[in-house]
Amino acid sequence: MFRSLATPETPAIGIEVDGRRIACAPGENLAAVLLRAGFGPFRSTPVSGAPRMPYCMMGVCFDCLAVVDGVPNSQTCLTAVADGMTVRRQEGASAAAFLAAEGLADE
Amino acid sequence: MSDATFDLAIVGAGPAGMAAAVEATALGLSVCVLDEQAAPGGQIYRGITRPAGLDPQVLGPDYWEGKALAERFLACGCDYRPGSTVWHVDAGELSFAGPHGGGTVAWRKLLNATGAMERPMPVAGWTLPGVMTAGAAQILLKASATVAENAVFCGSGPLLYLVVAQYLRAGVKVAAVLDTTPWQAYLGALRHMPAALPGWSYLSKGLGLLREIGAAGVRVVRNVDRLEMRGRDALEAVRWRAGASEGEIATSHAFLHQGIAPNTNLARAAGCAHVWDEAQLSWRPRTDAWGAASRPDLYCGGDVAGIAGARAAALSGRLSALAAAADLGRIDAAGRDARAAGLRRAMRRELAARPFLDTLYRPLPAFRVPAVDDVVVCRCEEVTAGALADAVDAGAMGPNQLKAFTRCGMGPCQGRSCGLTAAALVAARLGMSEGEAGYFNIRFPVKPVPLGAVAAAGGKPAG
Ligand SMILES: Cc1cc2nc3c(=O)[nH]c(=O)nc-3n(C[C@H](O)[C@H](O)[C@H](O)COP(=O)(O)OP(=O)(O)OC[C@H]3O[C@@H](n4cnc5c(N)ncnc54)[C@H](O)[C@@H]3O)c2cc1C
Ligand code: FES
Repeated sequence: MFRSLATPETPAIGIEVDGRRIACAPGENLAAVLLRAGFGPFRSTPVSGAPRMPYCMMGVCFDCLAVVDGVPNSQTCLTAVADGMTVRRQEGASAAAFLAAEGLADE
Repeated sequence: MSDATFDLAIVGAGPAGMAAAVEATALGLSVCVLDEQAAPGGQIYRGITRPAGLDPQVLGPDYWEGKALAERFLACGCDYRPGSTVWHVDAGELSFAGPHGGGTVAWRKLLNATGAMERPMPVAGWTLPGVMTAGAAQILLKASATVAENAVFCGSGPLLYLVVAQYLRAGVKVAAVLDTTPWQAYLGALRHMPAALPGWSYLSKGLGLLREIGAAGVRVVRNVDRLEMRGRDALEAVRWRAGASEGEIATSHAFLHQGIAPNTNLARAAGCAHVWDEAQLSWRPRTDAWGAASRPDLYCGGDVAGIAGARAAALSGRLSALAAAADLGRIDAAGRDARAAGLRRAMRRELAARPFLDTLYRPLPAFRVPAVDDVVVCRCEEVTAGALADAVDAGAMGPNQLKAFTRCGMGPCQGRSCGLTAAALVAARLGMSEGEAGYFNIRFPVKPVPLGAVAAAGGKPAG
């Protein structure tokens, strides 16, 4: 389990993760906040439904995808938290919508 | 959106992009810098403008060296656009998207400073939750002061030892280091020792890190030649083998690393010619001494043009900025060369230790191409080594046919996590060199973007 070494900043803001409120500091990295909150898996794969969690933390692997403020396929490792942000697990198939963008390149 | 045409657009705000922006603005060029991160710094100086509340000695002096550069960058007068992922490059124009919206930027010269990413390390179970890269552990530490206790660090290379040392300085318990550097590599590297002496600071720093890890009493297993991440729905244990000995360590966190490789997708999609670098076991765009790529309007600087470290990245960014200023007629060739002379001297010192480091930390074949059939190579499409080998036996003659046969490399990461592995697998199986086997054809968009953004940018067609 990940934990923070920093003394918590006040005043904290909050995000809502699967209906639970998580306190964090403004501007923090969303994936880091989710890892510390024990959120997981972030998503399941479209192919086999296997559970996934952040792997690279730098925008390369796409394993940190989640539904952020209703938007699927959000790369949480490239997202900063904002007060009231909502996060939900992403189940496999919703990846299809954005793979359409790849399809554009593969036609 | 902007109507202005920038003299120089820079993709990436790591040391290369930041230093180039400072140099170019000082020469009077109008400069736009786009980076998908929320703050400048790139990989090494991640979070440098937004301290995460760590004791400064945890990250060490090499990290804090970036503070002055980031401050000069933010004050240089360039148009800096954080949170902007560049997904398309055309002649004289690029398209970007991000949480603050997207748009296009017009430019006369483009510097691709997209840096490096970690080399894939496809071991059994590497897709399990709890398995991450050592770079990921470092990013969590630098930018978020976030750490995991009792992790197992696996692999080889300066960045791996650096992250372990940074964990230890922060007072975090490390369960073990499973070092995959084979003892033969030390012998091979000795040959490059004399030439490496001008780069002594790198060597002594590396030794210092190993001493630091040893002094902390962390368990280090050397000559590890097999690794397996075990668990059902998440990591539960790491199994290792080192010659005749083997063992298993219970943990819920493993961090893998076997070096870094240029992040070439943007340069490839932009049509730049690439060369295979056998010493670094990776592809890089072909560049001249100024970073000019095969496309006349485009430069590549920093680690994307070959792994050389943060200081070399900054120097190469500055060299490209000088070349751009000369190409645009803002300085003459003599002025460019006079300014470049000192930079080139410094560059030679930075590069002196590279052959030594590349030889010592060359990844083992067994960790580049999985020997076990059911190991996943393509994380996105979940294509295994066995499926790829079958496709080669069924007639796939190279990485692109492999992609067509198996969907390997067709997922959202666009082959970044599997391309080097798939290409090495094809090459090995067909008895070709990796340079001959080639690499995936990469097309725009280089990152998946919402369809709305594509439409807004005028429905850019492929390539
Ligand atoms: C995870 C990681 C950690 C590292 N840590 C260290 C360290 O602690 N010490 C050390 O000496 N070296 C470290 N390195 C090596 C490091 O790459 C170099 O030392 C140095 O950062 C290279 O500088 P650069 O400017 O070439 O690229 P980078 O610093 O990698 O910067 C590239 C920038 O480009 C951005 N980018 C990439 N693609 C796009 C796109 N399409 N659109 C917009 N922006 C984009 C990235 O977000 C990034 O900010 C690390 C490398 C990695 C991969
Ligand atoms: S963790 Fe790899 S893209 Fe976010």
